[in-house]
Amino acid sequence: MNEARPDPDALLRAALREGRGRLKVFLGAAPGVGKTFEMLSRAAERRDSGVDVVVGVVETHGRAETAARLRGFEVLPRARFAHRGQTLEEMDIDAILARRPALVLVDELAHTNAPGSRHDKRWQDVEELLGAGLDVWSTLNIQHLESLNDLVASFTRVRVRETVPDRVLDQAEIEVVDIPPDELIERLREGKVYVPEEASRALGHFFSKSNLSALRELALRRAAQVVDTQILEMVRAQALGGIWGSGERIMVALSEQESAAELVRAGRRMADALHAPWTVVHIETPRSLQLGDGARKTLADVLHLATQLGAAIMTIPAASVTEGLKLAASEARATQLFVGKSARSRWFELRHGSVVDRLVREMPGIAVHVLPLASMPQAGRSTSGPVSPWGTPRAYAIAFGLTAVVTALGSYITSLGSITNVALLYLLPVMAAATRFGLRPALATAVVSSLAYNFFFIPPLYTFTISDPQNLITVLVLLGVAVVASQIAAQTRDQAELARASALQNSTLAGFARQLTGIRHRAELAMLLCGEAGRLFDAHTVLLRPHAGELSVEASVPDGAQIAAIEMAAAQWAFDQARAAGNGSDTLTASEWSFHPIASGDQVHAVIGLARRDAGRPIRPDQLPLLLSLLDQAGQTFERIALEEQMTDVAQMRERDRLRAAMLSSVGHDLRTPLTAVVGLLAEIEPANTLQREQISEARGEAERVNRFVANLLDMVRIEAGALQQSLEPVDLAEAVSAAAHDLRRVLDEHPVEIAIPPSLPLVRIDPRLFHHCLINLIDNAAKHGPAGTPIRIAAVRKPDGIDMAICDEGPGVPAGEEMRIFDSFTRLDGSDRKGGTGLGLAIVKGFAEAMGLKVRAENRRDHTGARFVIGFPASLISPASAEDIA
Amino acid sequence: MTDATVVLVVDDEASIRRLLRRALERQDYRVVEGVNAREALASLSIDHPEVVLLDLGLPDRDGLELVPLIKRSGAALLVVSAREATDEKVAALDLGADDYITKPFDTDEVTARVRTALRHRARRETPAEEAVTAGDMEIDFPKRRVSKSGIEVHLAPKEYAVLAELARNAGRVVTHAHLLRKIWGPAHEADLEYLRVTIRAIRRKLGEEPQSSCIRNEPAIGYRLISG
Repeated sequence: MNEARPDPDALLRAALREGRGRLKVFLGAAPGVGKTFEMLSRAAERRDSGVDVVVGVVETHGRAETAARLRGFEVLPRARFAHRGQTLEEMDIDAILARRPALVLVDELAHTNAPGSRHDKRWQDVEELLGAGLDVWSTLNIQHLESLNDLVASFTRVRVRETVPDRVLDQAEIEVVDIPPDELIERLREGKVYVPEEASRALGHFFSKSNLSALRELALRRAAQVVDTQILEMVRAQALGGIWGSGERIMVALSEQESAAELVRAGRRMADALHAPWTVVHIETPRSLQLGDGARKTLADVLHLATQLGAAIMTIPAASVTEGLKLAASEARATQLFVGKSARSRWFELRHGSVVDRLVREMPGIAVHVLPLASMPQAGRSTSGPVSPWGTPRAYAIAFGLTAVVTALGSYITSLGSITNVALLYLLPVMAAATRFGLRPALATAVVSSLAYNFFFIPPLYTFTISDPQNLITVLVLLGVAVVASQIAAQTRDQAELARASALQNSTLAGFARQLTGIRHRAELAMLLCGEAGRLFDAHTVLLRPHAGELSVEASVPDGAQIAAIEMAAAQWAFDQARAAGNGSDTLTASEWSFHPIASGDQVHAVIGLARRDAGRPIRPDQLPLLLSLLDQAGQTFERIALEEQMTDVAQMRERDRLRAAMLSSVGHDLRTPLTAVVGLLAEIEPANTLQREQISEARGEAERVNRFVANLLDMVRIEAGALQQSLEPVDLAEAVSAAAHDLRRVLDEHPVEIAIPPSLPLVRIDPRLFHHCLINLIDNAAKHGPAGTPIRIAAVRKPDGIDMAICDEGPGVPAGEEMRIFDSFTRLDGSDRKGGTGLGLAIVKGFAEAMGLKVRAENRRDHTGARFVIGFPASLISPASAEDIA
Repeated sequence: MTDATVVLVVDDEASIRRLLRRALERQDYRVVEGVNAREALASLSIDHPEVVLLDLGLPDRDGLELVPLIKRSGAALLVVSAREATDEKVAALDLGADDYITKPFDTDEVTARVRTALRHRARRETPAEEAVTAGDMEIDFPKRRVSKSGIEVHLAPKEYAVLAELARNAGRVVTHAHLLRKIWGPAHEADLEYLRVTIRAIRRKLGEEPQSSCIRNEPAIGYRLISG
């Protein structure tokens, strides 16, 4: 798509871009997930709804289901052409273009065409079809995507040559076809996955569970990238409780000073304020190898703190702090950098230059925040440093031996003829000592060499006298070489040491991370972590998780490890405080075990304990960062598992809700149908006399009562299931009462209803259906308890704190002390059995009213003429609308 | 009976179909039955019913899906459903159903609703009525005049518009959303306060209490003018 060159094709494409077809890609993690089948199924729906679909090319790979799905489609025959005496087949682009369907199905986007075809690759064919304005659906496995090719090959050890450029996918709508790895492996076993003969051995490894999980994650992630990022942000905000919105990225650079904790907290505050992700980085310079145990411990503590505050942790080996930070900042795409400035002497800064100045100069575009820090504590030199600066006696022996050899060689050469440059020979032992054994052995070798040279070769021979000042230069040069060479060598060695350690750590972490992607259950994760930590730190490990509020052992290495009560206390402390406890920490140090919390964000998921077999300190300070990284990853995996479970729970809950709704509506339907028939049949009977008329009327009233009971039962189920769905709207109370009275008109034959609701009463915001049911039950209750002929009075008054509505009857009233119990389910007060009723009505009133924020109470009328039920509407439910708004 | 009005009853329960058949046949309608959506659609093109009584809970398809199809045939449509299914009723009315009947129903009520629906169906073909009466209230459309017991009642324009819309659909439920859309405009479709306050003003001016008003409130659904 080179736009600069006036390529006629490009011009044509540009002109056609408006009418370009759309590409949809069915993306899968691996062969056999069912991409083709899914594509055909979806296309069949399109076809059935009238879209003109043709199949350009589909490989069934002999799968019966896929072949069956293909039936009913118009399949264009493939083009055949001769190439070097062979007949080859490929998709017939020209036939498709001539046929001009609305939608073309082109399987296997990454396919390489047979030699002699128009385009080398099938995706190029597809581009041509899209360019011609045809919509294309295609299928692709994630490992065929160009940018992921290397990555996939690195862990599957299978490299595919057929790749599709990322831009093809970027312009496509993506549909991920996903099945769990176990299911895919099962399908492979059943022979349902097409595997070419020659590749079957390699693919055996390819189809391992961990590979499939990783591939699946890649596919999902890739699809998510292309999908609207806003949706992704939303999901994140809901699932993880925060939005990374500002595009800012904070990085905190750590040194091993105690006050670095302040720096970490400052970074966290900024990250919070900006809603930005943040990283804490430690640059490992050759100097950090010489740190004492105290400084290492400080560093580990600060890193631990950073992990707990939610930072990502990075350790980068580099020759200098500036260099390392540049690397780290570009890797983490940092926009703001926090560094501490120690109160060093002015002389030091003059000599070495300030790190801060260099950072500001060399990292344009990054805001550098400098915090003053307390001065460097006297970092005791490491007692167990990697190489003693004095070297071993063996080093001196070898170096001096080499000097002797060189002297002998020099003597031999001089005996053959006078050579003035014999001194150069002594560079060999000096260089050798410098590079192999370090500065001090090298200096010693330089001194010994110059003495030997002086003694054996400089006149006067066999004395240590130097007569010619030129020879003095030789001595100095040897010493200088010793110094320079040993320093360069030492630096290189230190760097190599660091890189090796760091590479080991990174590969350990990467391996662990890869194993984590496949994990779905906490027990599995606990086993993995125990095994891994036990192996890495050569320790016994145990993982404890809370079960019913108490920590208990979930996994251990070796199996079945028990921990004593005191250890349990340390573990509990570590869990509660989210800090390390036990051996090697500040707390409960008598414990043999060292316990570390496994957390993500503020939540502690579990505690891991480590113990040395020889009861020594389980974790050396320099191993702590690795352990913390492992625990950090494990913590995130715990969180991921929890999130996945929540999502499953939500899905199950939805399913339950769906079932409940289905059951309710079916019960409602099944009971109501016979009731409808009964009511209808009673209406059809022509009564022959007054008695019959009364009987029919009574039967009809009872049938309607049954109907109300059914409604009450259904309502009760809804209340108890917490399944009340409200839709609030402004309700006119006078209207609501009259609607309820209308529905109850047959019951109210014997009870005149007096309504006293002032027309100026404001509207209230409630759910009209729930309130309708409340009123029906209250009025029905009043009719049940009031003797025939007595009126039911319904009144509402405005109060300072809302509105009160009262339904009053002239029945026996509420027995003293029963005012609240009357609202319980199945409560029928003494003497009221005769009146019938399930005792559900008032419970429903209470349930519905409380769901809407209303209060109900029962009391006796002040003049003791009957009961009075009051519904209280709080002021917050009163609708503010007034007549002026409307006219 | 060849020129009798044809009513299609769609319900999967035989007892309900029998009940409706007898009630309707007593009123000299010719009744055809459908057990499910498939039969209902077939009957629609074979029997050309003028009224369809449709139970929304059908075994083979969601009853709501049939609403537009039935309306397209030109038949008047009454949906039959359970009391709880308010949303379903509103949806059916919004899709064009003429009215709804709640189970368990009075057969007298059903035949009354069928008559109302037929009257409205006929009105689409003949010029609109000039006046509608409800009790002692009369609304005269050409003169835009409302009177109660012969005495003219002065209504504000919006009040008249609401009353006129209810009167044009006399006997049928008119949904809240429909009234708000038609009289206040689509932007006010959810402003139910407007409607509540206006209805209250109309009743006050007509001198009616809510329980005896010619405008009946159907909770969560709409209003109905009880004509005659």
